[in-house]
Amino acid sequence: MAEDREPPARLDAPHARSTDPEDAEDLFVSAVSKMEASPTSPAETIISSANGPEPEPEDIFLDEDPDDLFAEATEEVSLDSPERQPILSDGPSPAITPVTPTATLDPRVSEAFARSPDQDEEEEEHRDVFDVQISVSDPEKVGDGMNAYMVYKVSTKTSLSIFSRDQVSVKRRFSDFLGLHSKLASKYLHIGYIVPPAPEKSIVGMTKVKVGKEDTSSGEFVEKRRSALERYLMRTVKHPALLKDPDVLQFLESSELPRAVSTQALSGAGILRMVNKAADAVNKMTIKMNESDAWFEEKQQQFENLDVQLRKLHASVESLVCHRKELSLNTVSFAKSSAMLGNSEDHTALSRALSQLAEVEEKIDTLHQDQACHDFFLFSELLGDYVRLISAVKGVFDQRMKTWGKWQEAEMMLQRKREAEAKLQYANKPDKLQLAKDEIKEWEGKVQQGERDFEQISKVIRREVGRFEKDRVKDFKVVIVKYLESLVHTQQQLIKYWEAFLPEAKAIA
Amino acid sequence: MEGSSAESALSVSANSIRITDLTQDGDVLMFAITSQKLNSSAGVCVFREHEDFEWLQQSLFSQENVPGLQGIIFPPLPPKALPLQSNMQTKALKQLGFLALGQDWQGYCKALEFYLQQVATHPTLCKCKALDSFLINSESPGKQRGRKGIFNRLSQAVEEMRKESHKDVDNFFQNERNKNTNITALSKIATEKLIDVVMTEQKLALACGHFSTSLHLCVNQDDAAAVAFSKVCLKLSDIIEAVKQNFEKVASNNLTTLGLGLDLESRYQEAEKEMLFRRTCKLIELETVKKSTEKAKANKREVMEEFQKAVEKEFNLISSVAKEEIERFHSSRVNVLKNFLIGWCEQQLNTARECAELYSQHLEACRNMYSE
Repeated sequence: MAEDREPPARLDAPHARSTDPEDAEDLFVSAVSKMEASPTSPAETIISSANGPEPEPEDIFLDEDPDDLFAEATEEVSLDSPERQPILSDGPSPAITPVTPTATLDPRVSEAFARSPDQDEEEEEHRDVFDVQISVSDPEKVGDGMNAYMVYKVSTKTSLSIFSRDQVSVKRRFSDFLGLHSKLASKYLHIGYIVPPAPEKSIVGMTKVKVGKEDTSSGEFVEKRRSALERYLMRTVKHPALLKDPDVLQFLESSELPRAVSTQALSGAGILRMVNKAADAVNKMTIKMNESDAWFEEKQQQFENLDVQLRKLHASVESLVCHRKELSLNTVSFAKSSAMLGNSEDHTALSRALSQLAEVEEKIDTLHQDQACHDFFLFSELLGDYVRLISAVKGVFDQRMKTWGKWQEAEMMLQRKREAEAKLQYANKPDKLQLAKDEIKEWEGKVQQGERDFEQISKVIRREVGRFEKDRVKDFKVVIVKYLESLVHTQQQLIKYWEAFLPEAKAIA
Repeated sequence: MEGSSAESALSVSANSIRITDLTQDGDVLMFAITSQKLNSSAGVCVFREHEDFEWLQQSLFSQENVPGLQGIIFPPLPPKALPLQSNMQTKALKQLGFLALGQDWQGYCKALEFYLQQVATHPTLCKCKALDSFLINSESPGKQRGRKGIFNRLSQAVEEMRKESHKDVDNFFQNERNKNTNITALSKIATEKLIDVVMTEQKLALACGHFSTSLHLCVNQDDAAAVAFSKVCLKLSDIIEAVKQNFEKVASNNLTTLGLGLDLESRYQEAEKEMLFRRTCKLIELETVKKSTEKAKANKREVMEEFQKAVEKEFNLISSVAKEEIERFHSSRVNVLKNFLIGWCEQQLNTARECAELYSQHLEACRNMYSE
């Protein structure tokens, strides 16, 4: 069915190629203006930060209180953190262990890159950022029966220096993609980055493929999945922080990747996920946040509304696609009946005209099928992607709420410790008093950190939402233009067919 | 005003007969029929409902002193239509097939108009007084029940089926019957398939409408980002609206040209079938009489022979009229189909060109708006 995989395959490529200087600048405008406020010399900071965790924190970041930067970093990405989302990787990513400070700086470092005040560096940077093309192609079935799986070729073409080669191809299977997403989510979700969601699993779809049904529906399924994987990777690398993530780089470049087993639906990890999701839901209900920032409240409402609207749009498009397919079937049926009429017709010219009619209808049917494909791949998948993205956005807002909750808990603990200490003042137990004082110090630190975490995540979310909204508009614009192009093309084909048929009709004596 | 001489020809020009308007009075549909008087420039306009058409058809069937009347292929009258309510769509479809699908009854009116034109241009039928009176009398024929026609629709009784397949004595007619059976079935199927296509096109138009409306609901002016997105949604909404209108036009074109043509062809083939059946029945009657005559006793023989001669004469008349009718039918149907096919192609071509133009404009506009 989807023999001609080129159009969908190139769906996102032009987007990557079409550097929109306006938008690119926007990414950095805010950074530049903020950077101007900072009085330090930025040039040396950039170079040193690329190699290690040495740079003065105040040069890079705009936090009021930069000294605690590293402390933050270490805490947040700790694998032992209980607040982590349940879909996260079980073990450390083999490329880099996130526990060490070097690695934990990665998201910070890439932020530094992104917010470089050095104009030249910046321009080279944003020229680079959009010069990544990823294509997912050549699905191959490996193995037999229920243990079979599809392997896809992931090809990356780029001129960015962070990649070791400018062209590389690797083979990946679906669970590898899920594994990548899970690692990225574990690193970035709780600090407020909107991590693009991976394509959904489909037990029914995959089973058909495994069982070896060579029909159009399993072909369609594979094509749908291939296209979704491609879009997923493109979205991921478009995110300036994720692009430089070592897991992403490893995914795109290294020929061997350890198998991500914890992504299976029915595994132990899978069950754990379900349990944790339930726990999360309960938590969500109990945390009632005092929202002091109207922006967040408005945005959350907007995203709720957007979610509803997008789902409706998605349903509309699905219905459209369905009807187009029906039209295709009916057109073919009509063409057949017309051909039969032509065959039974005595009058030669009329007979030929009727047969031509049948042919025209068949050609029109091909056009319908093409158009249905376009409707589907352009709109339906786009809307579906965005519905899932909105879930990721909502997730990020939830993370902020959790961060707030953690901060409040720390405040409460501090309060209790202070009360305990006050009581001990009169109890005359010097060693216990000292312990209490120590604990108070500890919790004061935690409170400060909690507050900083909260502010940091709020800032990140604001930026991420801005980026998301820009991307959303861009994505839709690109799709609309593509859709129009397909419409124009279809109509021009139609015109050709009708022009060819007219003389036949006129020739009937 | 009434041309009531014995061999009255039609007093209006057959080609000027038009159905110009349709009004609904409760459950009844009224058609405004206009025509041009032959010997003056005066126009005539009368109002008729379907019952009046039925009266006309019955009158045609029950004419007296028309030799070989049964050999005539009577122009088929479209069945009665009930004013459309949405839940009656399927019922209407069963009854009317194609004619139920058009907007504003366009197809249906065209089919009725065609019927009148066919009757008026038929060399024998145009002489029927009832036609003239139908077309020019300001008063409707009323609910007169003429003499019950000599035939109604072929019933599916087993008896009839047996008769239908009775072997013919004449090769010409045997061939014609075979071909007719074949084409009647095929054209009916083709018509039904085209109905399916048109209905799906209409469904698509509806779905596009929903999509377009949903896009409008995405508009909000909260902040700059929302405004940008809203603009994009509105643009897409316009485009989908254009797609919807295209579907509506394409469906309408299909209806009013090819659909109408196929429907007419289908019903005309049925009409021919009925005529051939009548002749076959007469043939059977003749053969039965022949057999009885042979077996008749001497005293009855002469009477029987007289009777047989009469039946034979009738049969021959019917056959000769039938032959003429068949030839006339063959040449006219090719012409009719040709015109419909040309009309269909030209209309679809125009629609495609307009649509391509519109889409190109949108594309230009979008490219300019979104350019780098």
